[in-house]
Amino acid sequence: MHLVCPAGSPPALITAVDHGADAVYVGFRDQTNARAFPGLNFSEADLRAGIRYAHARGRQVYVALNTYPGPAHFGDWQAAVDRAATLGVDAIICADMGVLDYAARTHPTLPRHLSVQGSATTHAALRYYRERFGIARAVLPRVLSIQQVERLCEQDVVPIEVFAFGSLCIMVEGRCQLSSYVTGASPNRHGVCSPAKFVRWEEGPGGQRSVRLNDRLIDRFEAGEPAGYPTVCKGRYDVAGNVFHALEEPTSLNTLELLPRLAAAGVVALKIEGRQRGQAYVAAVTRTWRAALDRFAARPDGWSPDPQWQRELARHAEGHQTTLGPYHRSWQ
Amino acid sequence: MRLSLGPLQYFWPRERVLAFYREAATWPLDVIYLGETVCSKRRELTTRDWIALAHELADGKREVVLSSMALLEAESELASLRRLVENGRCRVEANDLAAVQLLRERGLRFIGGPSLNVYNHQTLRLLCEDGLERLVLGTEQGRALIDEFRASGVPLPELEIPVWGRLPLSYSARCFTARALDLAKDDCGFRCIDYPDGLPLTSRDGQPFLTINGIQVQTAGPCDLGPELAELRAAGIALLRIYPQAAGNAAIVTRFRTALQTGATPLRVGDENGYWHGTAGMQLVEPLQAPVEW
Repeated sequence: MHLVCPAGSPPALITAVDHGADAVYVGFRDQTNARAFPGLNFSEADLRAGIRYAHARGRQVYVALNTYPGPAHFGDWQAAVDRAATLGVDAIICADMGVLDYAARTHPTLPRHLSVQGSATTHAALRYYRERFGIARAVLPRVLSIQQVERLCEQDVVPIEVFAFGSLCIMVEGRCQLSSYVTGASPNRHGVCSPAKFVRWEEGPGGQRSVRLNDRLIDRFEAGEPAGYPTVCKGRYDVAGNVFHALEEPTSLNTLELLPRLAAAGVVALKIEGRQRGQAYVAAVTRTWRAALDRFAARPDGWSPDPQWQRELARHAEGHQTTLGPYHRSWQ
Repeated sequence: MRLSLGPLQYFWPRERVLAFYREAATWPLDVIYLGETVCSKRRELTTRDWIALAHELADGKREVVLSSMALLEAESELASLRRLVENGRCRVEANDLAAVQLLRERGLRFIGGPSLNVYNHQTLRLLCEDGLERLVLGTEQGRALIDEFRASGVPLPELEIPVWGRLPLSYSARCFTARALDLAKDDCGFRCIDYPDGLPLTSRDGQPFLTINGIQVQTAGPCDLGPELAELRAAGIALLRIYPQAAGNAAIVTRFRTALQTGATPLRVGDENGYWHGTAGMQLVEPLQAPVEW
């Protein structure tokens, strides 16, 4: 299984390669990708240098072009596809059917991966993308149980990549309008979720803090209580008189213990989330997963994750806790 | 412009569903969409029951469409989808590309539902090649997309937009109703049947914020594009969709039908219209001009 790691900057790409990523995925510095954050991502020159660094070490670089262009700006996504092809990336990761169609017709030899934002959860949907656009791989949304992933792999429609670690989107990716409902900015159209310019922190006299997104209260924290970023799905709300994390707690997905089942199912690649995270995260998470994959390759029988790995991953997890997420029925 | 009744998004007891559609059959509607679109565990009506009900309602006075699920995970759900697609009489609203695939494999024309991601003219063109004849705009779409569709010059199918009701915002593998009641999803007791209008979620300062409906999250209040009818007509919208809520459906249908017949702009009842105006969906944007006769 290939280890696919995130890089939001040129130093992060180098870090990912140096710590054992088989492939690094990046985005251009605009709204063509789903982490369109200020100060993040790659210029054309950055990407050219990054590809040279990775290829010299036998690793791959993928470019995420996984937002959905509106008609007026469709040309910007076409130009981004052309740029990625000219620079010699190893694959593009796309969600929009129009963009996939353009890439398939214009650059037929450039491999196309279906982004998680494409929301394909069944073999019928995967067949659609394969027959229409000749995708070479699909990244599955984080909604399927491990049994469902196994059955989907058995169908053998296209090679499958799954999320292995990182902040957990709990909604079907590509179909979540929570951010746009509150702020007007959406992951699909703008490449952002709950963007920082709408966030307002307020501190009370006793050190309590509250956080609002476009004036809507997402959570309150007691003095000293750890406070996370106010993503709509990870706030605390009142439902039927109880105040709790009604949708999800701040937590990260961690599938280390599922490694043997994912390998047996024939999953071809494991994705690490986090292009918005810093180099320390990329280094620690890539190193840990590399060690795990190498040990699994050498000694697959009697697999259990090293507790040291789990501690290291938890340290870099959202809210310092991890979950098997939807892979495990009890989470659902 | 014509009027449609969108699929029932909530889980109601069987008798209530049947009574609701008996009554809806007497309303001045041009199209009725029905079927389970949210959770396959809801089986007060089975897929066969929904198909039978659709065929019973499709008596020539109106069009009846079978709506498919937005999120498919299990093989059994694909089997149900296959039954819908092969119902032999009613068109299908495809709410996922799995449905589009099954429909195009059989050469069947279809309606593109709001959870297909259609953000530009190229995607629309591809789906029209697949057999799409009508597009229901996605939740976060509004006037700007239609203007840009027209500017692109691609031939447009019929366009439909939700004008009333709580809009679907997201879908998950997790059941949020079960979570709120501290139940496991596999042992949920089908408790969403106790919430015929969903389960309200409020922020900690008491503001209505979202609505929980099983694995789906919806807007807090109903979207209301009644006061925007003149704009919708100018944009070339062919169908206005009303989503069923627990109460007041007949009055809402009458309100829109009267407006279509008289040309008088209805007064605002609901409090969300931001998506149509290109801003946050939860917001209310007052039109710049005073209501106009049209």
